[in-house]
Amino acid sequence: MTSAYPWLVLLAGAVVTYAWRGVGVLLSGRIDADGLLFRWIGAVAYALLAALIARMIVLPIGPLAATALTDRLGGAAAAIVVFLLTRRSLLFGVLAGATALVLLTNL
Amino acid sequence: MLGASYVGFGSLCRESGLSLMQGMASTTSAWALPGQVAMVELYGVGASLVAIILAVALANARLLPMTVTLMPLIRTAETPRWRAYLAAYFVAVTAWAQGMQRCPGLPREQRLPYFVGFASTLWMVTLAATAIGFFAAGQLPASVSLGLVFLNPIYFMLIFMVDLRQRLRALALGCGAVLGPSLSLLAADWGLLFAGLVGGTAAFLLDAAIGRTRRR
Repeated sequence: MTSAYPWLVLLAGAVVTYAWRGVGVLLSGRIDADGLLFRWIGAVAYALLAALIARMIVLPIGPLAATALTDRLGGAAAAIVVFLLTRRSLLFGVLAGATALVLLTNL
Repeated sequence: MLGASYVGFGSLCRESGLSLMQGMASTTSAWALPGQVAMVELYGVGASLVAIILAVALANARLLPMTVTLMPLIRTAETPRWRAYLAAYFVAVTAWAQGMQRCPGLPREQRLPYFVGFASTLWMVTLAATAIGFFAAGQLPASVSLGLVFLNPIYFMLIFMVDLRQRLRALALGCGAVLGPSLSLLAADWGLLFAGLVGGTAAFLLDAAIGRTRRR
């Protein structure tokens, strides 16, 4: 792999991302954004992201791979509990999750 | 809050072997966190370019309907086309939600400037946050920087909890979450894509089936 490869990945990622927005401008006013096709596309996007998140928590790569599965699940559970207790405060939920993981790992 | 999750993204970049410039370039050029995280994760496991492109495309597909719904709101008949395309670049979850909420209450000619101003401010914050996350991951002891990398999955997990009230989204999230880890075991790079396509389609069909039985 050459050093240009990561840049190519980034460029491709940016082009694909903007393409959706550009086509969106082009089509605006002409199509129904709540139609069946978009419901399906939305479902696929949500499933893909849920798959990604579940994988990052259950089967992570990088430094998280060195932590115990129970610690990661504990962190995730702490995040959910605090999120619900603080009337759905994302900030407190996420902080609680990350802190819980760090504490559990260092016990 | 968006800032904090980009701190996590910056850390993720470092752990996946990307440089600071590359991480910041990703935030500058793509500016849609779910796709960026998918991209960096797949890059980290050494997935092929085609798999990465398809996964990013699917993860960000929601930008299309989002742009379609926002444009009629912020665009007037006199808006030059290039300004509409420029504004579209700033369509991402947080800015979009703000625009959809606030713009209807503003005079027409102020809406586009408001949206671009709000979004570009956010954009600056996320850029700074990416850099902070990158440096923090290098400076902090490994046991603490773990928490930073953990910010991303936790952030999205909590965001999606709000969506569980919508049946189709809840089904899609459930199917994806079950299929994701299992299919990733089979194939690190394509597993994610299949989980999205199969899980999403299953959820879509299930949702339609439930809708039909309810109506009967």
